[in-house]
Amino acid sequence: MNRRTGARPLLIGLAVLLTAILVVAPLVFIFVQALSQGWAVYAKNILDPLTLHAIWLTAAVAVVVVPATVAFGIAASWALAKFSFPGRGVLATLIEIPFSVSPIIAGICYLLLYGRQGLLGGWLAEHDIAILFALPGIILVTMFVTAPFVVREVLPLMRAQGSDQEQAAVTLGASGWQLFRRVTLPNIRWALLYGAVLATARAVGEFGGVAVVSGNVRGQTNTLPLHVELLFNDLNAVGAFAAATTLTLIALVALVVKAVLEGRR
Amino acid sequence: MKFSIMKAAAVVLALGATPALAQDKLLNVSYDISRELFEALNPAFIAKWKADTGRDLQIDQSHGGSSKQARAILEGLPADVVTFNQETDVDALAKGGLVAENWREAFPNGASPWYSLPAFLVRKDNPKGIKTWDDLARDDVQVVFPNPRTSGNGRYTYLAAYAHALKANGGDQAKAQEFVGKIFANVPVFDTGGRAATQTFVEREIGDVLVTFEAETAQIAAQYADKGLVAITPPDSLFAAFPVAVVTPNAEKNGTTELANAYLNWLYTPEAQRILAQGHNRVTDGTVKAEFAASFPEVELLTVDDMFGGWQKVQDEHLAEGGILDKVFVNQ
Amino acid sequence: MSAAAPVRAKRVLPGFTLTLGTTMLYLTVIVLIPVLALILKGAEIGPARFWGIVTAPRTLAAIRITMTAAAIATVINALYGLLMAWVLVRHDFPGKRLLDALMDIPFALPTAVAGLSLTALYSANGWFGAPLEAAGIQVVYTIWGIVLAMTFTSIPFVVRSVQSVLEDLDPALEDAAFTLGAGPWTTFRRVVFPAILPAWLGGIATSFARSLGEFGAVVFIAGNLPFKTEIASLLAFIRLEEYDYAGAAAIALVLMVFALALLLVSNLIQIWASRHAGGPR
Repeated sequence: MNRRTGARPLLIGLAVLLTAILVVAPLVFIFVQALSQGWAVYAKNILDPLTLHAIWLTAAVAVVVVPATVAFGIAASWALAKFSFPGRGVLATLIEIPFSVSPIIAGICYLLLYGRQGLLGGWLAEHDIAILFALPGIILVTMFVTAPFVVREVLPLMRAQGSDQEQAAVTLGASGWQLFRRVTLPNIRWALLYGAVLATARAVGEFGGVAVVSGNVRGQTNTLPLHVELLFNDLNAVGAFAAATTLTLIALVALVVKAVLEGRR
Repeated sequence: MKFSIMKAAAVVLALGATPALAQDKLLNVSYDISRELFEALNPAFIAKWKADTGRDLQIDQSHGGSSKQARAILEGLPADVVTFNQETDVDALAKGGLVAENWREAFPNGASPWYSLPAFLVRKDNPKGIKTWDDLARDDVQVVFPNPRTSGNGRYTYLAAYAHALKANGGDQAKAQEFVGKIFANVPVFDTGGRAATQTFVEREIGDVLVTFEAETAQIAAQYADKGLVAITPPDSLFAAFPVAVVTPNAEKNGTTELANAYLNWLYTPEAQRILAQGHNRVTDGTVKAEFAASFPEVELLTVDDMFGGWQKVQDEHLAEGGILDKVFVNQ
Repeated sequence: MSAAAPVRAKRVLPGFTLTLGTTMLYLTVIVLIPVLALILKGAEIGPARFWGIVTAPRTLAAIRITMTAAAIATVINALYGLLMAWVLVRHDFPGKRLLDALMDIPFALPTAVAGLSLTALYSANGWFGAPLEAAGIQVVYTIWGIVLAMTFTSIPFVVRSVQSVLEDLDPALEDAAFTLGAGPWTTFRRVVFPAILPAWLGGIATSFARSLGEFGAVVFIAGNLPFKTEIASLLAFIRLEEYDYAGAAAIALVLMVFALALLLVSNLIQIWASRHAGGPR
């Protein structure tokens, strides 16, 4: 309809303008700041051993968290979409909790559970198991935060697709694994990948929750987002923005992957 | 999927578990603005440790608001030593059984290898003519310092202003509260740590004066020479001890007790004191003190013991929930 | 596709025990037990003290500020999201794919990075901050900074949820209305809007929930001034740093209840929508 009115260029222009202000400017500004003292300084900031360690640590966290989130996402979607059982709605809502709760709250929950003064703290200390202020704590909090990401993408698709194909396969004698691999997986793979991409971006960028449980030991438990803040507080704003560009690039790559996936959907 | 998790976990474990090298490790958990200081101190001690024992040493640093750091240690952050800017935070560790009750006697000078005081950093050419605490209470002055609830640095600022007002008004508590309240009303931002406050003042150009430790004001003025910031030491301020302690159970567990004590004792040597003084911290070693006399202006130092009757009283009357700090902090 | 149909599938399919068991185990260990720890801590405080903490002036102010900023941010996103969804679905123009991809940036960009960039951008010496400052408008360290951070981090929700419905809506319907003499505005109001309303409301609810929980971006830009620019999750964080576990837990619990209530509203909208429109897709 707008095709026939003068509103079209106006709407598009407004959309582009607002997006430029709201989304593009902050994005571009990160690179402008990071490169404000030239490429040499930028390279030095990125290749700083502490920054490299933060990149490594963040990647390690994502390598554990994302597959776990994917596995959970598939299992939960399957259970929720293919079967009806009492409490199904409650379960679906519980899975959503981490999505709308502040990550700080997630951090506080873990602190109250695993901290030395927490519920399990005494026992853990006795057995010399370090969870908080160590890699396991960071991984667990990140798992909390990313938990709903794959479910959110896969569950609606599984529901929409129904179970007819699977039931036919079962009737034809397919085993559970064959059924999943040959029938279900091809149907959901793009949604699954999309969810995994979003979960990766989230896992890599998690700040609030990790800030509570990390302990900020340089070169030990400092993830990339925390390192950005640390550099900023080291009065090295340019370095902070340089470290931020690595995170931004990860985000952009994730989006390109997502765009390609959507093109194939 | 399960398999891939196992594989991923295996990879992480393999990467994470660095083989036990013949290397000593020490985790020093410190306050927020001591970053550059320990970057200068640690290599000197590492070299000395190598020369004395033939062993390699790695010192890990964690910096943050002093109270936040103490809480993290209480919750299990495996610090071997603490180098704080607040005696109360070491006391909190002592209460939690992580530091010896008599930690003040474990090292010389009340376990404080160096000291400092809240001082001012002002804009180029000091346009508002800020020189004393009284200037901070003026209506036309914007003051920046960190949240006294989360930062030891901010707490010293609060106490220094309070002590100044007590002295000026012959110990009148009501007048002192009013004075500190005026200063608090001039603060546009309360960052959670000393460094964030410095950022706010220097990079974001908020406020007319930054109140932080003298070591920080001098260092920032030097680092941002192009901005022409001026470090000002007020005529009177509060003595700020920088207490150090060994976190006994952690050090015992990590087998670092000897190393931790050596590290903290080394901070009193002329070598370390010189680095400390270069970082604009006031030191106690007589020779080094004389060497650097020119870089430290005369100042009348009030003490917590004299002005407030000790840290316990400060804790009970000022810092506790519903105490004087809450009244001042909320009334704005 | 109807959302109601497939649910009838009975236990012909394998894997019920396995998948439900895995789900429950993961959910329990990762989410429920930590949340339980929070609830237990909250219970330990006792109702009187809990009430005292929650109704303390500073807590109430923080909640009010969080709510106000989130509400403004959500209104902005509701309008902006509607515009973007419409433009992206109903118009073709060069660079449309790029514009579409940009909508996901706030999802993918770490919130702390967003906060860092927004603060620098809008501070007195930043691109936008300088002219705004000259005009006497301060964004950084005011509630507008919080609004800005919340707006940025929750941009995708309304766009994406409206977009997916709009894509399935047959433009022929609009053309028909148009042919029958309805103006563009009437067509939108009478034909398009009712169809996308549930998705729009759902997106708004999620957007609001996300804004309430936002932390990383806000703390950089907010100024953290009690009673003025201190948000609730920051207050919980500050209480924690003051060794005040009861205070932190109480505020955290309140925030969690808010979040759950919003989730419930969002889910009810979905149910209502699937009854009315025969499924959101």
